[in-house]
Amino acid sequence: MRVMVFVKAAENVDMDAAPTPEQLEAFAAMDRFTEELVQAGVFIAAAGLKAGAEAKRVVFDGPARTVTDGPFAESRELVVGFSIWEVKDMDEAVAWAKRSPNCMPGRSEVEIRPFYEAEDLAAFMPPEELAAPRDGARGKLGVA
Amino acid sequence: MTAGETHTSGETHRAIEATFRIERARLIAGLARMVRDVGLAEELAQDALVVALSEWPRTGVPANPGAWLMAVAKRRAIDALRRDKMRDRKHEEIARTLDEMSHGAVESIEAAMDDDLGDELLGLIFTACHPILSPDARASLTLKVIGGLTTDEIARAFLSNEATIAQRIGRAKKTIAKAGLNFEAPREAERAARLPSVLEVVYLIFNEGYAATAGDDLVRPGLCLEAQRLGRILAGLMPRDAEVLGLLALMEIQASRIAARAGPDGGVVPLTEQNRARWDHLLIRRGLDALARAEALAKAVGGDGPYVLQAALAACHARARGAADTDWPRIAALYDRLRAAMPSPVVDLNRAIAHSMAFGPETGLRLVDEIAGDALPNYAPLPAARGDFLFRAGRLAEARSQFEAAAKLTRNGRERTFLLARAEACGREP
Repeated sequence: MRVMVFVKAAENVDMDAAPTPEQLEAFAAMDRFTEELVQAGVFIAAAGLKAGAEAKRVVFDGPARTVTDGPFAESRELVVGFSIWEVKDMDEAVAWAKRSPNCMPGRSEVEIRPFYEAEDLAAFMPPEELAAPRDGARGKLGVA
Repeated sequence: MTAGETHTSGETHRAIEATFRIERARLIAGLARMVRDVGLAEELAQDALVVALSEWPRTGVPANPGAWLMAVAKRRAIDALRRDKMRDRKHEEIARTLDEMSHGAVESIEAAMDDDLGDELLGLIFTACHPILSPDARASLTLKVIGGLTTDEIARAFLSNEATIAQRIGRAKKTIAKAGLNFEAPREAERAARLPSVLEVVYLIFNEGYAATAGDDLVRPGLCLEAQRLGRILAGLMPRDAEVLGLLALMEIQASRIAARAGPDGGVVPLTEQNRARWDHLLIRRGLDALARAEALAKAVGGDGPYVLQAALAACHARARGAADTDWPRIAALYDRLRAAMPSPVVDLNRAIAHSMAFGPETGLRLVDEIAGDALPNYAPLPAARGDFLFRAGRLAEARSQFEAAAKLTRNGRERTFLLARAEACGREP
């Protein structure tokens, strides 16, 4: 099964400023952990995300669309990065997550969410429709 | 049943087992190199798990669980070797070395494990895939010791029974012991010579799963995942090898089509008719990345490896937004190169099909006629391809008899229906 691992923290590190020795060590620790994931065949993808100041939100309300620029005052926690792993079960995902170094200076949190796989979506799309060729404009989403 | 175990809540128990699963392959690899016996190494690793299950609920999971488990297993190894009545010189020597190493246990093991950078794991993979074993034995043993599958899971995956697989694995372990293999990863020329037998096993495992995904047995896509995981492990351990990355790319791209490959009735949907929205684009991206790295490495050594070429072929389809966008001239050129790197009549047939798509049915007919008459006896895809070329060339009567011949040869009912429908479409003879 695949899981998306969200790393959440109060605010992320400013990568543009000169790194402190602690940040360098945290970065190296994360690098070692990623290497371990790669060597175990678990790692699929990962990325760190820039600070909330560079984020934008598009809010949907019926037909209306409102764009808001970050940072967002009301967010208590921010997704500062994510990884995608291929694991046997949630126990394995948790065991890996516990090994991750804490790269944030204070408290941070990791949330593990399993992917919907093709069989989970069966109720939304009958097998006939799923199997039908679809070369047209619709759906290049790569979902499941 | 130990006292500690009865206090273990289900959740803690599962957490410890999950941690153990992560460490298991490396643990067995390190132990096998010490005791030079896969079976004993597996037992020692299992013993270490039992100790962990009784101690960790009290003490918590140690900071470096792998080193902790290794220290425990090594102590057990020394005891086992001491108890061994047949202690020959070899065992005595191993026991002494272990004794010396076990001073300062966890810290020194931790340092050694960090130093080792997966070298022991690679050694175990190369040993389990040693050419002295049959490909089937290699596949079973690799799934057991590296993949951590149970004998029962392997038996279900290969549609065999547990006793057969257990016997196969047991024999393989004996063969390894008898040959006196040292569980070390071979270097340079020897590594290059033995790598194909490793890659063959990984691809065999993958295909065993991939060929069956149309069936109703849901266990087998798991075999594809297992092979991909092995491929990713190998790529992590040998990141400078073009063929290792080529095989990984090939598997990632092929696996991206698993969901689109099964039709509503369980039959296989041909590549050109698949719903490309159902392809797994994350896997395609990974496959294309691995292929780009593989091609750069292959260029540096100036050679075409069969896995890099097959991955490049798979990538041509993955890159096409729709079946009509497929770059057939490029595919035809890749088949020309694959034919040189991996000569086989099946490659020749696929090459003829690719050339017919790129340059017209006459080219396909010419190439298919070049395949020696007895190279592919009773092989339904051969007359089926010839029928398709003839049909497209407007030679309907000849096409019809080729489709009928192919329908007689195939053992797959769905395929037979398909071929007879194509024969019918050629019309009645005037």
